[in-house]
Amino acid sequence: MNINYTIIGQSLTFIVFVLFCMKYVWPQLIALMEDREQRIAKGLEAAEKADKDLELAKIEVAKALKDAKEQAASILDQANKRAAQIVEDAKVSAVEEADRIKHAAHAEVDRQVSQATEELRSKVAVLAIAGAEKVLGAEVDAKAHNDMLTKLAANL
Amino acid sequence: MASEELTTTGYIQHHLQNLTYGKLPAGYVRTDYSGNTTELDSSTWTLAKSSQEAKDMGFQAVHLDTLGWGIFLAILIGFVFRRVAVNAKPDTPKGMQSFVELVTDFVNDTVKGLFNHSHTNKFVAPMALTIFTWVFMMNLMDLIPVDWLPVAAQFIAGDSHFYFKVVPTTDPNATLGMAFTVFFLMILFSIRAKGVGGFLKELACHPFWAPKGKGYLNVLLLPINLVLETIALIAKPISLGLRLFGNMYAGETIFILIAILFSLGFVFGILGGVLQWAWAVFHILVITLQAFIFMVLTIVYMEMAHADLDDDH
Repeated sequence: MNINYTIIGQSLTFIVFVLFCMKYVWPQLIALMEDREQRIAKGLEAAEKADKDLELAKIEVAKALKDAKEQAASILDQANKRAAQIVEDAKVSAVEEADRIKHAAHAEVDRQVSQATEELRSKVAVLAIAGAEKVLGAEVDAKAHNDMLTKLAANL
Repeated sequence: MASEELTTTGYIQHHLQNLTYGKLPAGYVRTDYSGNTTELDSSTWTLAKSSQEAKDMGFQAVHLDTLGWGIFLAILIGFVFRRVAVNAKPDTPKGMQSFVELVTDFVNDTVKGLFNHSHTNKFVAPMALTIFTWVFMMNLMDLIPVDWLPVAAQFIAGDSHFYFKVVPTTDPNATLGMAFTVFFLMILFSIRAKGVGGFLKELACHPFWAPKGKGYLNVLLLPINLVLETIALIAKPISLGLRLFGNMYAGETIFILIAILFSLGFVFGILGGVLQWAWAVFHILVITLQAFIFMVLTIVYMEMAHADLDDDH
């Protein structure tokens, strides 16, 4: 319980300890803790930003999806219309072609008929004379009866 | 603790005596344990063999146990904290690092709440940490059963009269040493913040000051102020040191009294065990609280040293 040099020794120890703490312990610990605080703050900020980005991205995706759907629908619509158009066009051209072929066939038939008639006409005199010779038993003078035969042929 | 002279009074006194190494004057008559007396030819530095010798050494002595434990605990704390400060991993704090950070954060918050002068914060905050941890550790020695370390010391020293007081804060030298260091820092900071004039003005012109126009009254008031404020100033370190000392000394004494119960037979031994446990549990609160109070008061004194009381004159 006596006051003696111990009081000075304790004071010196105290001062040395405080200085040690001030130089080698406190700044490092405080820096460490502040560093962590900043890191955590940054991390939280980044997380929040990421959250926001995600939200925006989701909205963008939904928008893009909607656009794509609309585009697809319009393309489909156009394609349907186009197909209908093509079918319609094909029908019309087929009918036209059919008409054309029919006309051509008609013309051909007409031409052949008139050709046959012509041939028949040219041969009718010969046939008539041959028939008459058989009936008359005599030769018919073609020249003499030419007029009559021509009239006959013209009547055919 | 010698078997033949084991009385209750002797036991208590023995426990309350520091291991004192000091200078005995020439012509001093020493009495050894057997009652033989020897007279010293010249003044000698030696270990005190009795409380009376320790007293007679006066100021020229050191308490080896107080300083030894104080320095040992300071080095221990310094080592642990330094190791954490060097090896600290900011991302994965665990174990000792978490604990050290918890304490540091607690001290930092306390300092921030009480002390608002950032330029000296670099000094006051580490000092607060030092005080809190060191005082706490020195107080904590109180929870070690009172006889363990002294008996171990007696065994090692081979001397059954060997004095060994384990708790540094039950020695007023330790607590007053710290308190007066705080006191001198307080005056230092006060003078640095306000100048010598400001410091003296604070002593002389508070709390009484005559209103304007009656300035002649100040001749009367100045000495009163000076006396009041000087007493108030000196009372700060003394109360700071003695508060801690008183609390720890009382706690230690009660531990010693409880320990006496162990020598009174089985039933009292059990009672003593229960009481020691209960008192130790209560003491955990006391030692933490006292360490905290010492730290907070130091911070408050530092704040007062910086605060400008000079309001209207």
